[in-house]
Amino acid sequence: MSTRTAPIVPVETREHYLNVDYGVKSWLLTTDHKRIAILYLASITLFFFVGGFFAVLIRLELLTPQGDLFQAETYNKLFTMHGVMMIFFFLIPSVPAVLGNFLVPMMIGARDLAFPRINLLSWYVYMIGATLTFAAVVAGGVDTGWTFYTPYSSTYSNGNVILAGVGIFITGFSSILTGLNFIVTIHKMRAPGLTWFRLPLFIWAHYATSIIMILGTPVIAITLVLLVLERGFHIGIFDPALGGDPVLFQHLFWFYSHPAVYIMILPGMGVISELISCFSRKYVFGYHFVAFSSLAIAVISFLVWGHHMFVSSQSVYAGMIFSILSFLVAVPSAIKVFNWTATLYKGSISYQAPMLYAFGFIGLFTIGGLTGMFLAAIGLDVHVHDTYFIVAHFHYIMVGGAVMAYLGGIHFWWPKMTGRMYPEGWARFSALVVFIGFHLTFFPQFILGYLGMPRRYHAYPEEFQVLNVMSSAGASILGVGYLIPMIYLIWSLKYGPIASANPWGATGLEWQTPSPPPTVNFTETPIVTEEPYHYSIREIKVV
Amino acid sequence: MSETHSALAHHFDTIEQQREAATLGMWVFLVTEIMFFGGMFTAYVAYRAAYPGAFAAGSRHLDIALGAINTAVLIASSLTMALAVYGSQVGNRKMLVWFLIATILLGLVFLGIKTVEYHDKFEHHLVPGHSFSFPGSKPMNAQLFFSLYFAMTGMHALHMIIGIGLLTVLVVQASRGRFSPEYHSPVEMTGLYWHFVDIVWIFLFPLLYLIDRHTH
Repeated sequence: MSTRTAPIVPVETREHYLNVDYGVKSWLLTTDHKRIAILYLASITLFFFVGGFFAVLIRLELLTPQGDLFQAETYNKLFTMHGVMMIFFFLIPSVPAVLGNFLVPMMIGARDLAFPRINLLSWYVYMIGATLTFAAVVAGGVDTGWTFYTPYSSTYSNGNVILAGVGIFITGFSSILTGLNFIVTIHKMRAPGLTWFRLPLFIWAHYATSIIMILGTPVIAITLVLLVLERGFHIGIFDPALGGDPVLFQHLFWFYSHPAVYIMILPGMGVISELISCFSRKYVFGYHFVAFSSLAIAVISFLVWGHHMFVSSQSVYAGMIFSILSFLVAVPSAIKVFNWTATLYKGSISYQAPMLYAFGFIGLFTIGGLTGMFLAAIGLDVHVHDTYFIVAHFHYIMVGGAVMAYLGGIHFWWPKMTGRMYPEGWARFSALVVFIGFHLTFFPQFILGYLGMPRRYHAYPEEFQVLNVMSSAGASILGVGYLIPMIYLIWSLKYGPIASANPWGATGLEWQTPSPPPTVNFTETPIVTEEPYHYSIREIKVV
Repeated sequence: MSETHSALAHHFDTIEQQREAATLGMWVFLVTEIMFFGGMFTAYVAYRAAYPGAFAAGSRHLDIALGAINTAVLIASSLTMALAVYGSQVGNRKMLVWFLIATILLGLVFLGIKTVEYHDKFEHHLVPGHSFSFPGSKPMNAQLFFSLYFAMTGMHALHMIIGIGLLTVLVVQASRGRFSPEYHSPVEMTGLYWHFVDIVWIFLFPLLYLIDRHTH
């Protein structure tokens, strides 16, 4: 390619990964990681709104103390499907499968993930699993709670446990394949000069996430196989009436499902590191600590599952050990929060929408994390176990943390992914709406739980109504806060201003290629000679 | 370079990089397999510790001779697999194809013997479910043993079937001359997989067949 002709070519006609081919087949059979990321983006957005729809119904029912809108059985199905859809089909794939898929190769200067066809396969596997689970919803739903506790799920439930279980089992393999692909890609495909400690922290976070994905997901897979075998063929593994032990199910389930919480939050932490650094124009304070804290979280995450079982006839000594280990997770999490805060110190901070989401993340994650300490303490956990306190806690982490980071990341990389800018004013406004709506929804739930309102009931005593109405009102604000970006992001695809290659003046290899990138990402393999986040250096050069 | 290999995918710089990626990917996959079987081994350990008597009694109903023969068959198949990989490394197509076929045949022998064993359990009402019957005071706990026996050996057999499928594809590709000393990753990867499935059996055999045999 001659460089002389390049500037003459108008931006609109430059060939990139989006306009290279418009056919349906070119999307459904693509092996381009960027297109697969877009496929995931569309799919998980769909399931986010399906899960959100169930949340709307839940909050409507809880407006009044009486169980008037739905039967208790219907309500059980609503919170189950809300949890299943949001966790397995939105949160787990959210940042890794969309942003990770798009950015991991670009950030390390590679042309694609190590196994492009396996990457496409992972999307199909996800879609098959999602379709089966969705079929279970349409065919009458599941009422076990997303935790599928035995023997209720294996023997007594009237829901479509087998169909939903098979769907989630299949979907698990999409996250295994994604994790496998990331690990190999990060090990083997880094650009020349890109040493481990020159990697963006987004990559470190995804590496740690991938480790959890490959070690944890197979365990939930085999657990679901055994559950389905027990329900389908009446062989005894978990049902005490058949000789089994239901607590074993809980052990196996939480061995995956607690680390799965970190699958959802760690990639978000990677996003936040990028945002904080970019919008305060500073090197990430304590880069090595932030990098290794991701790995520490991944390792410790496998040693804390017993804190879900303090009241499940686990031995007192096991409970004490799990309690101590659970407190330990706070250390690497706090390292991150403190280092992000220190990065802000004396930074040149600007308040673009992604940064607002990052601020929201730090605050909400901190509250979610600190209330996690309450739950790691055995004595206190017995009091708030299975109450709205725990519901509030994990929504602070999952919605206040993971979803905020996801939205921040989507805004930040939207120009790179689509070649268009989003409307900044609307974006800031909706970030604010999300923040306010979120607090109004979930903060009252801490109080409700502490006062003793149990989770998973469709009716409650009269004195809880004020707080529940606040929560439902907040949920409607939160819903609006999610709909606004949905609308203006789609709008921006056609009407948004054309984005330059690096609209934020950010460091990182992904910004050194045009927006949207060509199919091969980089026309020439980049050579890395600098540390990451060299913002201050660049500023001096400008001045 | 003009000597770019035809099997080199566009996103790799060299065929070595591609092979290293494939090897690492396969090992990572095998780690996930260890965790997958690990769930069942955990259940086995928990229940055997809880009901040692019932597990020993259940174990005595397994045919130790057939189990031992199958162990030998599988170890032999690992040898033929290793020789097939060697054949691909030195570029000996005939050796590669025939040892792949030998591996497939040994795998089929294993599955055949396994079928005989399953059939025998079926005849003696040892398959968990409504028709399960077991002489002794705690049939429920013995049923737990057989539930795990079928879940674990069944999952192992499923992996064997997948392995035989992969080997069949390799035979076709190898006989068409797809592999060379420079490019034979698929053979090596399938070899790793086959050895892994073998090793799983090496653990299953003593844990299921040999409990409580030392006193007799």
